[in-house]
Amino acid sequence: MTRYSAWSVIKNGLTGQKGWDRAWRDPEPKESYDVIIVGAGGHGLATAYYLAKEHGMRNVAILEKGYLGGGSVGRNTTIVRSNYMLPGNTEFYEFSVKLWEQLSHELNYNVMFSQRGQIVLYHSPAARDAAARRANTMRMNGIDAEMLTRDQVRERVPHLDFSDSARFPIFGAILQPRAGTVRHDAVAWGYARAADSLGVDIIQNCEVTGITREGGQVTGVETTRGVIKANKVGLAVAGNTSRLTAMAGMERLPIESHKLQAFVSEPLKPLLDYVVAYALPGGHFYISQSDKGGMVFGGDLDGYNSYAQRGNLPIYEDVAGCAVALMPCLKRVRLLRQWAGVMDMSMDGTPIISKTPMDGLYLNAGWCYGGFKATPASGWCFASTIARDEPHELNALFTLDRFERGLQIDEKGAGPAPKLH
Amino acid sequence: MLRIPCPFCGERDHTEFSYGGDASIDYPPIDSTDEKAWFEAVFLRDNPRGPHKELWQHNNGCRMWIVVERDTMTHEIFSAVPAHPGVKAQLEKEAAK
Repeated sequence: MTRYSAWSVIKNGLTGQKGWDRAWRDPEPKESYDVIIVGAGGHGLATAYYLAKEHGMRNVAILEKGYLGGGSVGRNTTIVRSNYMLPGNTEFYEFSVKLWEQLSHELNYNVMFSQRGQIVLYHSPAARDAAARRANTMRMNGIDAEMLTRDQVRERVPHLDFSDSARFPIFGAILQPRAGTVRHDAVAWGYARAADSLGVDIIQNCEVTGITREGGQVTGVETTRGVIKANKVGLAVAGNTSRLTAMAGMERLPIESHKLQAFVSEPLKPLLDYVVAYALPGGHFYISQSDKGGMVFGGDLDGYNSYAQRGNLPIYEDVAGCAVALMPCLKRVRLLRQWAGVMDMSMDGTPIISKTPMDGLYLNAGWCYGGFKATPASGWCFASTIARDEPHELNALFTLDRFERGLQIDEKGAGPAPKLH
Repeated sequence: MLRIPCPFCGERDHTEFSYGGDASIDYPPIDSTDEKAWFEAVFLRDNPRGPHKELWQHNNGCRMWIVVERDTMTHEIFSAVPAHPGVKAQLEKEAAK
C-alpha cells in the first residue's frame, strides 16, 4: 500500500494522477479464517483493523452482503460527542472521542475530524438543572463541558431564534468543545484500507445465509459464495442483527429495527460553526453544516418497526418544522437529499458488545442512534472481546444478558420501549 | 405515509395513530412471579423482516387499539382488526348477520 502524504498528492498532481494504487483488494474468500466479521460497515471494518493491529490476528475476513460502507455508517449525520452520564457509557464514548482525535494519523487517511464543538440547548429552568448535572458528571470524568448562558450561546450561534416569540425559548446550553463531526464515508474507507493493508480480506457481495455450529460451538458461515470456516464469528450488522442471530438459533433479542432519517440542504455560505442539538417533548433535532456548505440535520425515528432504508413524509415535515423553529433563516432553504438507515434499537438505548451463549459467536449490536460516534471504540472493544474471549473493561457492562439480570443502562430513562430511545 | 385501514373508521393516515409495538407478545398474568416469563415478554422480540403483527391506537380517531399486520420491509398492510378479543368477536358476529 502506498502511504498517502502531501508529497504523494503533489507528485500525482504533476503526473496526471496515474500513480495511485487501489485502496483495498477484492479477494476471493479462502476456505477458512481465524475470525470472520459479518458486516463491512464502520464497526465491522474497525473491528477487523484492531484485530490485526492490536492483537496480531491477520487471518481475518469481513463479509458484506452489499457494498462496503453501504449501511448506516454512510447514513448518519456524522456527529461525534461524549456527553453521556451513566457509568459504562461515559468512559466508553470518551475513549471513542480520544480514538477519533488520532484517527487520521492512525489510518493514514484523512477522515476530516472537525472538533467544532457541540451545543446542546436547554429551554427551561428545570432543564438547566438537568444540564448542569450532566455537565458536572462529564467534568468529573475528565470530559470537557462548559455551561453557556443564553448570551454566550448567542455569541456563538447568532442565527438561532432568540426572539420573544421563539417556539422553544433558549435558556442556555452545554458546550462540549471537543465534540464535532467526521466525514462518515472516509471512516469506512480509511478503516477498510488500513485493515486490508494488514492482510484482512474484505469480501463484498457475499451475504451470510447461515451460521454453522457443532454442539455449542460456531464452526463457520454459509454464504452466497460458499461455506467459509472459522471458529470465531463476530456479528457487526446493526439493523439486521435479529436476522443473523436467528441463523444461530437465537430467535429473539432485546432489539427492534427502526428507521431514522437524515437530511441535507443545498450548500450555503458558512452559517453555523457548531453542531447544535435540542431534545424536548415536541421537538428533537440536531444540525451541523458540512464542509461543502450543506446543512446536515435529523430528528426522531419514523416510529414503527422497519427494515426499509427509506423514510416517511410525516417525519420529513416534523424535522423541517424543528429546523425552522430553531433557525428561522432556514425557511427558504431547499433540501438537496434525504435518506434513511435502519437502527438496531435496543430495549434500554445502550449497545451490546458481548459474548453470546454460543461459543465463538460474538455480538456487536443495539446501537440505536449512537453507532457512528462509537465506531472506533466499538471496533477496539469488539476486537479485544473476540481476541481475548472476554469483554474488555470498557464494554464489560454492554452485555447481552443485562436485561435478564436487571442491569440495563437506560441513559434516557425511557424504559423497555425501543422507539423511545 | 402508511394508510391504516381502521376497522371502525376506515382508511386513515398513520399519523392519526400511535404505535404500540409487537402484538404477538403474550404477557404473563399480572400476579405472576415467573421472572423468566416477564423477562421474555418485556424485553425479547422476534423483530422479523417481513410480516409483523403490531399494535396501533387510533388516538386521533376512535381511540380503539387495533392489531395491524404489516410487512416491515415493503410496508404493505395485510389486515387490521380490533385488539380487544371481545370487540373482535362481536364485530365478526355482526358481519355474519
